[in-house]
Amino acid sequence: MLRAAANEYELVAPGTLGGVLDLLADDPEGWTPLAGGTDVMVLLGAGKLPPGRFVSIWGLPELRGIAVDDDAVTIGALTTYAEVQADATCRAELPMLCQAARESGAAAIQNRGTLGGNIVNASPAADSPPPLLCHDAELLLVSRDGGERRVPYDGFHTGYKRMSMRPDELLRAIRIPRRPRPDPALHLFRKVGTRAAQAISKICFAALAEVREGKVAHVRLAMGSVAPTVVRCKAVEGEIAGRAIDDARIAAAVAALDDDIQPIDDVRSTRHYRERVARNLLEDFLVALAER
Amino acid sequence: MSGPVEIAFTVNGEAKTVRAVAMARLLDVLREDLGLTGTKEGCGEGECGACSVFVDGTLVNSCLIPALQAVGTSIETIEGLAKGDALHPVQEAFIAAGGAQCGICTPGMILAAVSYLRDGGDAKEASIREALAGNLCRCTGYMKIVESVARAAAAIAREERTS
Repeated sequence: MLRAAANEYELVAPGTLGGVLDLLADDPEGWTPLAGGTDVMVLLGAGKLPPGRFVSIWGLPELRGIAVDDDAVTIGALTTYAEVQADATCRAELPMLCQAARESGAAAIQNRGTLGGNIVNASPAADSPPPLLCHDAELLLVSRDGGERRVPYDGFHTGYKRMSMRPDELLRAIRIPRRPRPDPALHLFRKVGTRAAQAISKICFAALAEVREGKVAHVRLAMGSVAPTVVRCKAVEGEIAGRAIDDARIAAAVAALDDDIQPIDDVRSTRHYRERVARNLLEDFLVALAER
Repeated sequence: MSGPVEIAFTVNGEAKTVRAVAMARLLDVLREDLGLTGTKEGCGEGECGACSVFVDGTLVNSCLIPALQAVGTSIETIEGLAKGDALHPVQEAFIAAGGAQCGICTPGMILAAVSYLRDGGDAKEASIREALAGNLCRCTGYMKIVESVARAAAAIAREERTS
């Protein structure tokens, strides 16, 4: 039984990017984009979706496909988790993103859930954002009146479910700078949830670091489900960048984690558990890094 | 309030047109407008996989697809799987291995298994379990379900060797 009346919702499909952008530009407060439906339709099914107007963007060709050039992998916002996992460049160069895609939902969800949706749904528990933050991803936002602009993904989420994006803008693609090939960095992604499939993360951890001549030459660390937004852990990064990893450095990095995360008690886990697991995951990563 | 629109699509190989509210779930259109009640509703929130169907050859949860997004697509439901009286090897295997108990999860389980095998999946237990991870069985008949899919994988591999 659908716990809502479907006729309380308006849904249109202009079928072209121009048509969608016109709607958003002419009535910016009025329309919510709907892609694969794996967030919006879940709320509808649960009777928790406020009545409103939705514009289907599913299938828009300008938002699909993965383009690779010398500098970047540019992933269309409508690229599904299944498409991310199937792409040869993503598999070779973005293993954390592929793992996040593989552990989000299960097959049927991965065939509809999109990378763009995972970003603009703005859940702090989303699993693809931590890998994207580690790769210094940028977002390509498009609007009728402003054309296209490119913004760093780091800092895009400004608060719980809040983003620095205008209501007339649509996320067109995610641009991920390519790392050296072969990539000397250690990449580690860990999702901790009730089970690997379907369950939403209690905590999600992604880290990428490179050691040169015994010192950490480049480091990025990001987590989900530990703050009102997904977060880059810059205090921890600051403790290890340019340094050699030894026991004292690991202790200092773990202590710095408190400045980066503010987990809470909620339906999926507790603050205490999340703090403990976040520290353990960080320690595991640094120990693995020290052994390289 | 939003009135019905025309939804024209192909269902199990036949062209169909129904009038439905754009935001109506594909699940309800299949069950109520087309009488295809083989597709089940479990959770209605994309967790359980009971409403699995193929849209343009891709396994999806029909509870998460608004009718408007089905326009122009080709849908395959559990009713379209057998060819006349000839059951699909996965259906045969579920019967042979006792893969169905109460039956509510069975259509979704079978279509998820068909999707896995169409993509070249084999009889490895871990791979089968990952492929069926989005389908919940509240009778907890997972052992026999996994066994059914492994049997089907072996049967399909045998068929490919002999053909």
